[in-house]
Amino acid sequence: MKQEFTLEVNGAKRQVRAEPDKSLLFVLRDDLDNTGCKYGCGEGQCGACTVLLAGKPVRSCITAVSMAAGKPILTVEGLAKNGKLHPVQEAFIDADAMQCGYCIPGMILSAVSLLQKNPQPTDPQIVQAMQGNVCRCGTYPRITAAIKSASRKMRRAAK
Amino acid sequence: MNELFEFEEFIEPERYELFETRAGGPVGPSEASSIASQSWTKRDAADAITRRELMTLLGAGLLVYCLAPEADAQESGRGRRGGFGGQGPRDIGAWLHIGEDGKVTVFTGKAEVGQNARTSLGQAVAEELRVPMSAIRVVMGDTELTPYDAGTFGSQTTPRMAPQLHRAAAAARETLIGLAADDWKVDRTALVASDGKIVHKASNRSATYGQLTKGQKLTQTIGADAPVTPASEWKIAGKSARKLNAEDIVTGRHHYSSDIKRPGMVYGKVIRPPSYGAKLANADLNPASSISGAAAFRDGEFIGVVAPDVHAAAKAAEAVKTQWTEVPHASSKELFEILKKESGREGGGRGFGGGGGNNSGSIEAGLSQSDVKLRETYTVAYIAHAPLEPRAAVAEWNGDRLTVWTGTQRPFGVRSELASEFKMPEEKVHVIVPDTGSGYGGKHTGEAALEAARLSKAAGKPVKLIWTREEEFTWAYFRPAGVIEVASGAAKDGKLLAWEFHNYNSGGSAIGSPYGAPNQRIQFHGSQSPLRQGSYRALASTANNFARETHMDELARSLKMDPVEFRLKNLKDTRLRAVLTAAAEQFGWGKSKPASNRGFGIACGTEKGGYVATCAEVECAPVRTAYRSPGAGSRGGAGVRIVRAVTAFECGAIVNPEHLKNQVEGAVMMGIGGAMFEAIQFENGRIVNPRFSKYRIPRFGDAPAFDTILLDRKDLPSAGAGESPIICIAPAIGNAIFDASGVRHRSMPMV
Repeated sequence: MKQEFTLEVNGAKRQVRAEPDKSLLFVLRDDLDNTGCKYGCGEGQCGACTVLLAGKPVRSCITAVSMAAGKPILTVEGLAKNGKLHPVQEAFIDADAMQCGYCIPGMILSAVSLLQKNPQPTDPQIVQAMQGNVCRCGTYPRITAAIKSASRKMRRAAK
Repeated sequence: MNELFEFEEFIEPERYELFETRAGGPVGPSEASSIASQSWTKRDAADAITRRELMTLLGAGLLVYCLAPEADAQESGRGRRGGFGGQGPRDIGAWLHIGEDGKVTVFTGKAEVGQNARTSLGQAVAEELRVPMSAIRVVMGDTELTPYDAGTFGSQTTPRMAPQLHRAAAAARETLIGLAADDWKVDRTALVASDGKIVHKASNRSATYGQLTKGQKLTQTIGADAPVTPASEWKIAGKSARKLNAEDIVTGRHHYSSDIKRPGMVYGKVIRPPSYGAKLANADLNPASSISGAAAFRDGEFIGVVAPDVHAAAKAAEAVKTQWTEVPHASSKELFEILKKESGREGGGRGFGGGGGNNSGSIEAGLSQSDVKLRETYTVAYIAHAPLEPRAAVAEWNGDRLTVWTGTQRPFGVRSELASEFKMPEEKVHVIVPDTGSGYGGKHTGEAALEAARLSKAAGKPVKLIWTREEEFTWAYFRPAGVIEVASGAAKDGKLLAWEFHNYNSGGSAIGSPYGAPNQRIQFHGSQSPLRQGSYRALASTANNFARETHMDELARSLKMDPVEFRLKNLKDTRLRAVLTAAAEQFGWGKSKPASNRGFGIACGTEKGGYVATCAEVECAPVRTAYRSPGAGSRGGAGVRIVRAVTAFECGAIVNPEHLKNQVEGAVMMGIGGAMFEAIQFENGRIVNPRFSKYRIPRFGDAPAFDTILLDRKDLPSAGAGESPIICIAPAIGNAIFDASGVRHRSMPMV
């Protein structure tokens, strides 16, 4: 049975009617047109669907919409502010950290979350935080470099 | 010689998917149709768009057509072999337009699947037109806007498409200079093109391209001989230009096919058989109607549902009751015996039985003269491309016209499949390929496009269909499995004397040995594959190079020679010697010994104009890891950690160093999966591991320290580089594992 849910996506309140067990991923993509989060596996194994729910990275493909109601949701579309890219987005471009790009929104949100918790991660900490995100094109070393570069930039800006 | 055969000579045998008949494959069109014959042997009636229409669409300016080189050589200008095996009215390989606003639009039928062709082709045009990259827009893979193209495969974009765009853009530049010379009544030799302008220094006059083309409707067709800028003088090509749509990707603005939404669109799902070859015995569609807004359709063996959202479509599909008659099917346990046993069968290799067959001398004589003889068997498993974006399509009918957005490496091939399925002329089918969530050779076919179009026709609404990961793992095609038998002999001094090499089923790419042996017998043997198989990045060169380079290491060990020294002794190809030497030097080969539990390994090879050598350092001691991939055993299989990978690569003149490095690293990273842990397991006609939780692919923690050396040969034409760098990592790792532990791995994956 469909129910009404109020989602807070990128700072805006959005009403949706959906079955409570419908995945947050397809609510975001199909009902709210936030297609930045991607379907990759449907079992929380690839990270392409990653969004930040109440500040924490979640796999939206295995998160029921009912679990997300009332909590702030950040998708890749909400990262840039007033047309200015987030430092992590800039760093991905500068490091050429993408090929087909399909995994990149999920990678960026996982990286943003990591840097919020740990502004200066070591390589093993990056691996640990990012291990659940798959890039089949194999741009891992570039993504690692991008995260470190964003870390430097964000720490400089914070000073 | 029939037409199909004429085409086949361009195509490697392991591109099985291009030749298959659908009748025996998974759920698909009801009628058997060979994709290859549909696409290439019939004369194509649909010339995508006429030149006049194109000019109308683009507005005033200068439009330059570039003849495909092969077609140009023919008087008729309607060459059968325009492009890569193309035909029909396909004399045009590419076109570009310079508008009144000075914007340059390039049109190519190639598809962008992550190899950065959009950017590298844009660089070719920016280079010749002397404009910044920001002035370039590249329109790709749209059957109504771009010239015919046979497909984005075989690393052909850089060697074939880029030169055409260089010529088209160079011709445009010369025309603009001519326009300015006429306007200003000066000699054209006094004019130069620079930063989007034609400049006359003597009089300090300049005019932008937009000013020169304003109000004009100029068209120009150029041949294959237009003068282009030599690589040694490149200023934009040859440099690390940024990916053209990078910002769209990092902001989520880029729309892949799976992101397309159309007014009134519904979501589709196909009901699949429980196992390969199962026949539909009974179907009850009625229960699907219990799901609000859902509808189910049946057409022969094809059953599908549509519903207002993905969730409801999945529920409707579950509700449909079907009964199937299953048939016996082989299992992966007996795979290699089957491939060997079935290889003698008639039709096994479609006439490619002698693939790569360079036979010379006598193996028996060579072996009898040898001091060291070896005979070993190597195997490679089926693996899945597992593109992160599974097959997806949105189909929409307008009257008798069909538009499909889909991720494929063959836009025009998929158009042919659709036209054939619905018995309609190709010009009524419009295939649009948004930049796609990768392919690696796995998206040459149009399954999702066909299914979405069938559902859309039945439902009377636009339909989106995204394959689930399990469907992608089950109903796409796999990298062929194979058995490779090698027998060899060498003299005490390291001179190879005999080389016998048989590949069963996996393919003939790079089957020829770069090492000179006076006595050689090299053969590819087609077989009957239990699973649907087809093209995969670098084709069989990965398998053949794994067997060859592992065997060379084994020979070197038997001879007590250094593996690099042994290779160089038998290697004449200077380009291959150059990368082998470069990788060894950078790695410090021979300068230091590996630490305890660690080992060094090296391998080299060449494919499709790319020359590659990889040195690997591995650690074999049991290691504790921070993360265990779900469903996988210990890290890397057998507790192996790849510490570093040094790769030297050369593919002629480098077009974009940073993107090339990215491709090399990515190929090595992907190669680690096939080398260490990827393998499709099947039983009773089912894939046992059709999920990422059961089929391990490389993750962050599997990445070694990378060191990539690019050799830039500006004196040589640029070759493609998206494939060949994958071919050396597996044998390099295997050889390093032997160095560390004394355990020899002759199977991929090495678990």
